[in-house]
Amino acid sequence: MGTYSRVIELRGHIIDSLTFPKVLDEILDHGADYETEEISIGRTRRDASRARIRVTAPSEEVLDRVLAHVRRLGAEAIEEGDAAVLPAPADGVFPEGFYATTNLPTRVRIEGRWLDVEDLCMDSAIRVRGGSDRPRCVKMYEVRAGDPIVVGYEGVRVEPQRKAPLERGLFEFMSSTASPEKSKERIIRDIAGEMRETKRSGAGKILWVLGPAVVHTGARESFCRILDAGYVDVVFAGNGLAAHDIEASLYGTSLGVSITGGKPVPRGHEHHLRAINAVRAAGGIGRAVEAGLLKDGIMYRLERKGIPYVLSGSVRDDGPLPEVITDSVKAQARMRELFRGVSMAVMVATMLHSIAAGNLLPAAVRTVCVDISTEMVTKLADRGTHQSLGLVTDAEPFLRELAARLRE
Amino acid sequence: MRRVLMCPPDHFGVEYEINPWMSRGRRVDRAKAERQWRDLYDLLGDKLGLSISLLRPRKGLPDLVFTANAGLVHGDAFLPSNFRYMERRGEEPVFRQWFEKEGYRIRPLPPDLFFEGEGDVLRVGDRLFAGYRFRSDIRSHEWISKMLGLPVLSLELVDDRFYHLDTCFCPLSDDAAAYYPPAFDLYGRRVIDEGIRRKVLPPTDDALRFACNAVVADRKAVIPAGCGTFRKLLEGLGYEVWETELSEFIKAGGAAKCLTLFLD
Repeated sequence: MGTYSRVIELRGHIIDSLTFPKVLDEILDHGADYETEEISIGRTRRDASRARIRVTAPSEEVLDRVLAHVRRLGAEAIEEGDAAVLPAPADGVFPEGFYATTNLPTRVRIEGRWLDVEDLCMDSAIRVRGGSDRPRCVKMYEVRAGDPIVVGYEGVRVEPQRKAPLERGLFEFMSSTASPEKSKERIIRDIAGEMRETKRSGAGKILWVLGPAVVHTGARESFCRILDAGYVDVVFAGNGLAAHDIEASLYGTSLGVSITGGKPVPRGHEHHLRAINAVRAAGGIGRAVEAGLLKDGIMYRLERKGIPYVLSGSVRDDGPLPEVITDSVKAQARMRELFRGVSMAVMVATMLHSIAAGNLLPAAVRTVCVDISTEMVTKLADRGTHQSLGLVTDAEPFLRELAARLRE
Repeated sequence: MRRVLMCPPDHFGVEYEINPWMSRGRRVDRAKAERQWRDLYDLLGDKLGLSISLLRPRKGLPDLVFTANAGLVHGDAFLPSNFRYMERRGEEPVFRQWFEKEGYRIRPLPPDLFFEGEGDVLRVGDRLFAGYRFRSDIRSHEWISKMLGLPVLSLELVDDRFYHLDTCFCPLSDDAAAYYPPAFDLYGRRVIDEGIRRKVLPPTDDALRFACNAVVADRKAVIPAGCGTFRKLLEGLGYEVWETELSEFIKAGGAAKCLTLFLD
């Protein structure tokens, strides 16, 4: 959890004068906290002492107030130095002591200037090539030998999530709560409101992360309505969602169960394999749409509307469909590319892809996580995805209600 | 024989307001002020046996009489004050010239650190007690400590009527001092309590009559008039005490000690 922090220094006969405990008391009295980073106590009564104290505060206002108060007591804020940088020793290897990022807004001090770190992503390092290349988060696999990587904590500032007016309301109210008891109708209405506001204000893109249950539970039509209404800008999913969506288009079943009738159909369990095979034969989902083989459903619409999507592979995949990226490092890199400009993410019925996306998303992205399992929803809310709203419900009623609300 | 510096009140008056005692509405009786200053001068010379040097008063510098604020003298070093208020900064070159002429080594503090001399720094034994907040900046304490090689204990002043340390704290000997606790915060009181063996606490009435703004030398004390309880407390400790009327100077927020700077 990031906070506002500064290092202050106190010098003089601060022990005998009780200035040191007084400064610490002041820090606590104002709602901030401290950590004594270094203290050297005079050897004799004549010698002065020196203390470096890191002050951390929940907001910039509190920090400023504390600094103003302790300054009166002689404590001076230390001008932080530049971030230390070391070259990556080899491709795919960070230098020892690299700064591990969070998903919170981060700045680094380079040549005396504080620069925003781009492509925010937790569990990465910060590369500072200089020149026109802004400091950015890089994953381990992205780093090349010799890339300048930030090491240590000096010259790096992490700022807690700032809540812009748009980000208040629903997400503040619901922050990280996954409750099966809450009135879902109201929450879904609010989510619809947020989505409309996101589109209306041009604040950013809406990302959807979808699991195959969207199709199994019969929510496919509802999601298609949301797609048609223009509330889908990017989709992340796996082989399963695409395969079952295409199965539904070609056979009217999902995992062999009739979507309309709800009953297993004879030899239905083969449908998804036959669907995958047909698409592979056509040369891919895009080709299948062009060839008129695929005429309906989610994948059809994504292709037709040119909405970017990433299908990332997993070990258990059948086929897989040609569009599935089976190299997970490549899939991750493509996901990170498509994150740019995303300001809201809706994750429905997928643990695998939701956690993957959650780990890659900057904290500023407002996240809605919908799953039938409370555990899953809580898990995502606890992964540092700060502006997250959890909703424990089946995918179908959620998407049906949301589609209806979005049409209002 | 200890030496002190004083400045006759030829141009003394309350011409601006930089502490709660000052009010331009309450006029200083110049003749009375001169009489009171002369009485103090006589007591310090005759009774306390101090050797008094005089600084020539200057027109337009009404507070030059308060020589305690010239700076701090330690051996042959003079640490000139950096006054907080513009109104008093004109005194800085006058004091400085006098000390230069007398052969002191002038050792200025960084100019951005407010420091008001013996008004805020007083020695007890081998330690300096230093006030801050209303006038001096606490960061000046570290400089003083480094320059003089003495520990400096910082005391925050919390009542603006006691805006200088010498209005609420008075060294009596190497291990004794008088002080008025409410002028300090709890940390400061503890520092004094633990740092000084024998303490004399004047009652509020006396403290407000500037009891602590006394000149003490060799178990003799000159204190402002009307501080009867404080007088008895000092006498109980074996001090010889003289009270003297300083009402005209109290109108400007100073009394006996403010009018006196120790030169050794």
